[in-house]
Amino acid sequence: MSATFVPGNLNELLMCFDFARSLPETNALQNGMRKKSGKFIMDAERDGQSEDVCTYVKADLGMMLGGEVGPTGDPLPTPDILLLSYTGCFTFMKWFELIRHKYGCETVMLHVPYQGEGKVAPNMRDYVVKQLKETVIPTLERVSGVKFDIDRLRQYMRESAKAEEDLVAVLQSAKNRPSPIDGYFGAVYYIGPIFTAFRGMPEATQYYHVLRGEIEERVRAGKGPITPDGEMTDEKYRLVVEGPPNWTSFRDFWKMFYDEGAVVVASTYAKVGGVYDFGFRHDPDHPIESLAEYCLGCYTNLNLPSRIDMICRYIDEYQADGLLINSIKSCNSFSAGQLLVLREVEKRTGKPAAFIETDLVDPRYFSAANVKNRLESYFQMIKAKRVATAAAH
Amino acid sequence: MRCFIGIDLGSTTTKAVVMDEHRNVLGRGITNSRSNYDTAASIAKQEALVNGRFYLFRQALGSTGALNGQLDTFLGQLERDFRSEQYLEQLRDLEATCQRNVATAKFGDSAGAVGEALTEVFRRLAVEAPTLFAPGAKRKSDFFRDIAGAQYLATGETVAKDAGIRYDFLLNVFDRSIIEVENRIYGDSIRRHLLAALERTFVELPDTAGRRAEVEAPIKGILDMAMEETYVVGTGYGRARLPFSKEHVRSEILCHGLGAHVMYPNTATVLDIGGQDTKAIQVDPHGIVESFQMNDRCAAGCGRYLGYIADEMNMGLHELGPLAMKSTKTIRINSTCTVFAGAELRDRLALGDKREDIMAGLHRAIILRAMSILARSGGIRDEFTFTGGVAKNEAAVKALKQLVQENYGELTLNINPDSIYTGALGGATFAWRAVVEEGKVAEARAA
Repeated sequence: MSATFVPGNLNELLMCFDFARSLPETNALQNGMRKKSGKFIMDAERDGQSEDVCTYVKADLGMMLGGEVGPTGDPLPTPDILLLSYTGCFTFMKWFELIRHKYGCETVMLHVPYQGEGKVAPNMRDYVVKQLKETVIPTLERVSGVKFDIDRLRQYMRESAKAEEDLVAVLQSAKNRPSPIDGYFGAVYYIGPIFTAFRGMPEATQYYHVLRGEIEERVRAGKGPITPDGEMTDEKYRLVVEGPPNWTSFRDFWKMFYDEGAVVVASTYAKVGGVYDFGFRHDPDHPIESLAEYCLGCYTNLNLPSRIDMICRYIDEYQADGLLINSIKSCNSFSAGQLLVLREVEKRTGKPAAFIETDLVDPRYFSAANVKNRLESYFQMIKAKRVATAAAH
Repeated sequence: MRCFIGIDLGSTTTKAVVMDEHRNVLGRGITNSRSNYDTAASIAKQEALVNGRFYLFRQALGSTGALNGQLDTFLGQLERDFRSEQYLEQLRDLEATCQRNVATAKFGDSAGAVGEALTEVFRRLAVEAPTLFAPGAKRKSDFFRDIAGAQYLATGETVAKDAGIRYDFLLNVFDRSIIEVENRIYGDSIRRHLLAALERTFVELPDTAGRRAEVEAPIKGILDMAMEETYVVGTGYGRARLPFSKEHVRSEILCHGLGAHVMYPNTATVLDIGGQDTKAIQVDPHGIVESFQMNDRCAAGCGRYLGYIADEMNMGLHELGPLAMKSTKTIRINSTCTVFAGAELRDRLALGDKREDIMAGLHRAIILRAMSILARSGGIRDEFTFTGGVAKNEAAVKALKQLVQENYGELTLNINPDSIYTGALGGATFAWRAVVEEGKVAEARAA
């Protein structure tokens, strides 16, 4: 079994060595949605983790302290290797240090250079390819005892590329009015398989094929998105969202949107496990290079100007009314700079933006009344602006 | 006449503003929010409508010249007499409620004596009532709970001692009864009280009695005129409790933005510091909100912080500002956490710092937090309007002026004496716009 993270997830490669994959942040968010994370976090704090540590980390550590029973109630196997395939989140490294300390298992690290200049330079790609060839693949071979077969990798990548094509079609269906999907809350269910242990498997490809068919049918029928309370029929606000959702109050949070007729048409979160909508696909003809490009192109590896460009593009292409940022209290890496993103997007698009703060999986940091108050204010602000703009023309 | 009403249900007080169809503010009303928002909203609205009638009395009597030179005196007296009538009715209700509650209380053999003591307490309270509403009398609060409570506690202690009964029995009865009484709405008695007050005013001001007919006619005319609640818009934390649909509810961010714009049309940035939140709002030249930021996760640096400090210092909330103004030395208080502030306060006192200097430091700490929220919302632009309960605090205003000057230079700072009504004013303006500009009609009210 290999533990690895969602951004820079090298699923196809791990499958070449018959590793089962376990993703600690996915376990944490699952525990959040199942209302188990609160206790785990407190257990981790009692064990010495400070209040300011990433709550994904604490939920995971707390789960380990509780006897490695996973979110579904089944025991989790202990990892044989920790594959750290993306280093843009510094906390990932510290997290694996803690896990390594606990299990004493092998760790293999892929250093992914940051896109500080807003692009992937050839030497950056060469550097990652070199690490894959010289360190990562040999280590995986040694630990698994399976010889690397590049044709097996190519075959998985063919599957990946097909699924990626369908995923993009699904996410871009939100350009329609009404949008047939919610590109944030709903997208969580769409990105699930491909961002985790299933990318490259024929089952995943089939899932996306079926999903795309369903969504295209909704577009033809002019239907809105499905929510936990049924179909949303009256689309009043179209938003772009930056930042992950809150998992402990996921349903309540979502309800605050669809009750007001707000649909998220695009989100950066739906790109954390791979930015596919600007053309990148896993390439069976250049498998190792494409793994490198995949890691380098992660949303979390983009600099602030690139993130701003992407958000502005979404607002334009998806005809959104504005940007909402859900800033994560315990995430120092990606919450930094979000106010600057907000200001710049407001300036460039002229669309209203709003800022709320919650947390990933710490239930103590979701203040429902405050979040609702802000969201309602924001929706009314969009409406008031719309009325004023209409009156001016 | 058609009236457009805005109600702002705050965490501490509930405010209402009534506007006519020419967007003139007719009246304003305020009450404590209690634990019952429905009642608070009804009472604030009723207060605003009463206040509106007084405005109309003034207009009508002013135009006829019936009280030439004595208009202010007359209306001042009429209002005090009216308040006094209202107070006496509530007092009688409180007495009856207290007596009923004695019957069900477990006072054992003392029940009879407690009942007699209550009769005596309320007899004395009724005797003292007129002095409370005498010209120039200072009341710490205009809310019945506070006025009657203060009187009751003081008188009750004496009476209990004289009668040889336990004072806490009287307290127990009061605590159980006041909630019932303050949650009753005396809407039906307003006309009766105003007419009774009018009679008393003629007695108090005998030289006006000679012009009784000229004075009485316009007042009765206005009393007979229906003030129709054409459209009501609610805002504030309790807005979900308002008994009308979403169409009639607006976020307090939008209401504060618009209210500030109505008060000062050149407003670009609004700072509102209320009981439990601080809002920084940027508005466009039409009063439409462009962006906003609020305090998050924690209410430190809000009005409640000052309330807590006042409790710690055993002072009244309104005494803090004046005390801080006496400061001669700058003390930096670094914590805006309400609970830590209490600890810091005691620590500073132990170190020998003066109370006024510490107070000034605490006020500055609140404003520093507001400055950070303002910066997040996009900074301060000219003109800058400061609203909310804390805008009444001179020490807070002084600290704000200083920090604005240091960080943004010279700009116009607007503070309206009625700034506590900003949200309600915005709500009333939204109500007016809904009907007059958008042609909406109020839907049937759900019970």
